[in-house]
Amino acid sequence: MHTTMLQCQSLTRTYRSAGRDLTVLKDITFSLEPGGFLAILGPSGSGKTTLLGLLAGLDQPSAGKVYLDGQELGALNEDQRARIRGEKVGFVFQAFQLIPTLTAQENVQVPLELRGDDGSAARARELLARVGLAGREHHYPSQLSGGEQQRVALARGFSIRPKVLFADEPTGNLDARTGSTIIDLMVELNRDLGTTLVLVTHDLDLAGRASRTIRLADGTVVADSAS
Amino acid sequence: MTSLAFVARMAARELRAAPRRLLLLMGTVAVGVAALVAINSFTDNLQDSVRRQARALLGADLALVSRQTFSPRVEALLDTLSRGARLSRVTSFAGMAYVPRTAGTRLVQVAAVKGHYPFYGEIRTEPRTAWSQLQTGRRVVVDPSLLTALSARIGDTVALGEGRFVISGTVESAPSDAGVRFAFGPRVYIPARYLQETKLLGFGARVEHEAFLELPAGVSAQALADRYRPGLRTERVRLRTVADDQRNLNDVLSKLTGYLGLVALIALLLGGIGVASAIVVFVRQRSQSVAVLRCLGAAAGSIFAIYLLEAAVMGLVGSVAGALLGIGLQHLLPGLLSGLLPVDVNPTLSWNAVGLGIGMGLWVALVFALLPLLAVRKVSPLSALRRPYESEKTPRDRWAILAFLLLGGSTVALAAHQTGSWRQGAIFAGAVGVALLVLWAAAWLLIRGMRRWLPAGWPYVWRQGLANLHRPANQTVTLVLAIGFGAFLLATLYLVQHNLLRQLRLTGGPARPNLVLFDIQPDQLQAVERELNAAGLPRAPATPIVPMRIRSVKGRPITELLAGSPGQDVEGPSNAWVFRREYRSTYRDSVVASERVVEGQWSQAAQSPPRISVEHDLAAELGVTVGDEIVWDVQGVPVITRVGNLREVNWARFEPNFFVVFGPGVLEAAPQSLVTLTRIPDPAARGRFQRRLAEHFANVSTLDLSLLQEALERLVERVVLAIRFMALFSLGVGVLVLVGALATSRFQRVREGALLRTLGATRRQVFRVVLAEYLSLGLLAAAVALALASGAGWAIARFVFEGSFALPALQMAALTLTVVALTVIVGLANSRDVVRRAPLEVLRDE
Repeated sequence: MHTTMLQCQSLTRTYRSAGRDLTVLKDITFSLEPGGFLAILGPSGSGKTTLLGLLAGLDQPSAGKVYLDGQELGALNEDQRARIRGEKVGFVFQAFQLIPTLTAQENVQVPLELRGDDGSAARARELLARVGLAGREHHYPSQLSGGEQQRVALARGFSIRPKVLFADEPTGNLDARTGSTIIDLMVELNRDLGTTLVLVTHDLDLAGRASRTIRLADGTVVADSAS
Repeated sequence: MTSLAFVARMAARELRAAPRRLLLLMGTVAVGVAALVAINSFTDNLQDSVRRQARALLGADLALVSRQTFSPRVEALLDTLSRGARLSRVTSFAGMAYVPRTAGTRLVQVAAVKGHYPFYGEIRTEPRTAWSQLQTGRRVVVDPSLLTALSARIGDTVALGEGRFVISGTVESAPSDAGVRFAFGPRVYIPARYLQETKLLGFGARVEHEAFLELPAGVSAQALADRYRPGLRTERVRLRTVADDQRNLNDVLSKLTGYLGLVALIALLLGGIGVASAIVVFVRQRSQSVAVLRCLGAAAGSIFAIYLLEAAVMGLVGSVAGALLGIGLQHLLPGLLSGLLPVDVNPTLSWNAVGLGIGMGLWVALVFALLPLLAVRKVSPLSALRRPYESEKTPRDRWAILAFLLLGGSTVALAAHQTGSWRQGAIFAGAVGVALLVLWAAAWLLIRGMRRWLPAGWPYVWRQGLANLHRPANQTVTLVLAIGFGAFLLATLYLVQHNLLRQLRLTGGPARPNLVLFDIQPDQLQAVERELNAAGLPRAPATPIVPMRIRSVKGRPITELLAGSPGQDVEGPSNAWVFRREYRSTYRDSVVASERVVEGQWSQAAQSPPRISVEHDLAAELGVTVGDEIVWDVQGVPVITRVGNLREVNWARFEPNFFVVFGPGVLEAAPQSLVTLTRIPDPAARGRFQRRLAEHFANVSTLDLSLLQEALERLVERVVLAIRFMALFSLGVGVLVLVGALATSRFQRVREGALLRTLGATRRQVFRVVLAEYLSLGLLAAAVALALASGAGWAIARFVFEGSFALPALQMAALTLTVVALTVIVGLANSRDVVRRAPLEVLRDE
């Protein structure tokens, strides 16, 4: 077990847009211990989502390095990073991002099946029961409410017992009460499974439940509660 | 760590949720497969029929055929061969039939039969006994069409030359009943022993002599053929066996069905375009799911595999459905092709054709799905989080180039399989490629043009409708390709047919001769001309015809030329016919309107040896050019000549045209017959004149060109009907692609419509926006198709049929209108919801 679960060094991301270079992230450096709960805060356009994408290995930094569970992501190609994601990472998205053609249970099963897990169906049912969706296994996403969809997404995110769960504005599309039950669930699962949580939000109340907050503005860290 | 099981499971789940519209597009594969299975199954049945009926078609085990009376050597051989075997002879020639009771006359094909022809198969007659009793007296059996033409009936007396016969029956069916052969007149069978009485075999008559042999058991026709063919070849006698006939017939028929198969293949390829366009939309719809799967750890390759597997399953379902449809459809083909085929075809299930059709359908679906599916691999997992900042410049995909090559190669291979030739396959694929490229370029220009030059002053509904053509995720290109190609095919076909028929009618137009008088003996000419003058008829100067054969070319004797090299094809050298045939040459001092000297000079002065003019294609076959020597055998007299010039001849005109023309001063004394032309516009008067001629000059035949023209027109129409039937599949695919493409973008349109109405547009305005869009789409597709078809039609008329080209404005306008109307109707029918559903309902639906 490494002493840091997630570490980034001098992370910079520049995009070329409409003929101009646009630096979205500048020189970000921090590290996060296993089991920690980090909230990344900041206004729209501050680079939160870009940072999340880089930390999860969904994108390549223009400069700097990301270590996930001791593995430098920049040294891997896209399919190798996909494998790391499949083994160690879970996601919860703002727009839920369930696959519309799969039932709730199948959505939860996918990450398990990707690693060839034979007991995926039983595990998926168990997880759905855990998030309070027992009996809804065979519903399609379009037959579920927003809160229910996000709970399925949560079950999917935790299905592989990930080392890190990345959540991008997970309550952004939900009303306050539903959103708070989702966060409760996340915290509960974080506690039970020891998963490291990385939450991107602009909601201060939500961020307040994290053990650590990093505040971004214009692509740089303006505040870090750990320092 | 993704397993095959995961790919299969995900593909199955995707299929379960596959939208119906995607199935509709897979239906486009089905239509093409149906057309292919139908035509290929029919081809198999046809070959099977030829195999089973070949013996009956020949009517014997072995036949000897010649344009001249068999020489003593050939007769001696026939004597030897017929020992222990049975021999039968048929002598065929053209002559006038005249029924005194009804005063009807008609040029007929007389076949004088000796012996028990045919040995295999049968000539079915009405009454049934007519054939077996043919030899019992002065009887004839005739084609039913002759009775109709002469208003005659069974029991009537018919005059053939100077012979008198009783019509004892009609022919219901006979072997080799195919197409063109009888365009020159109905058949009349007579007993051979009365042949001389007719006095029809005057000098210059074109006669075919056939000897049929039924061999005793254990004697191989092929062995005899191999043994005697080389010797017979130098005697200008062709030897036919059942196996030869079967092979030749299969060659000809497989060409015909091969072309029909190409038209079917076009339908399948258009279906492929439908598949590709469906996949493009599908990939776009699924990009979020793909990004999520990538986030969850699926490798790009496995996601690609999931969708490829899905496309394969759909392609397979479409192909199987198409094959079933094709099995049913093939029952229509024998009816469509009747009159063109020498054999009866019974549609039976051809597993070969079914398997091949399914395979081709599946392959086309996969190959066309491959290119757009490659985009799946490029979906970034990041897009599950947010829209990408930049349109990332991806380097040119190696796989895309590979997929593209695979697509092109597959098209060539499929076409080559259908035509049985790589060259033709490549030409076909190239032609289809060019047509698609032009349609694609037109669509692209339209999209570009609309974006840039859409006049701001136009009414709003038009601007909105036209702007829709270049909205993101538009399907303008797909639709123009699908509708345009079907329309292009049908228009080209129509133009070719129209110009062929037009040419036939031009040839028979007013002021053109419509009656040919031939086989006139020199001593009859004055009397015949007197008849023409007495009737007040125009007449062209009589043209002399001198039959002759080649004795040697450039010093090589005919025996050597005909023998060819050992180990050659059974028919001898492929150009054997030019050496074997009887040349019916003429002599005159100038070129006529239907010809043009292309090489050398038409010299007036007499030279030694005499100069001749040779048709330039024939010269190529003979291997001669200006200055080369040809020695002719004119009724046993050798005549040494040199090629003086080469001519191009417009054979399409119904005029006496010649391969070889002599100058004056050489052939005047040679045995010859004459031909002359006249024009009698009124059919009844034409009949009366023919009868008068038949009464006075029994050996002079008259050919009614308007009857010949009608027969040719019927033939053209039959062929076109069959091709058009296959082309309709392409149009069907076009409509399916249209329906499918519109259904795919329907939700977007409904939303746009609702939005417009929320913003205050009336239903009427929204309706007109949609109308403007489809009207312009249909117009563009039709206009480009028409321009392409005109080009193709012109090229075919000019280079294949070597005639002129005219564009029938009215019919083309009608076709354009139909295509546009079809597009608009399908478009509006699919957009019902755009105007029908309440805006709130739609906007809430999201």
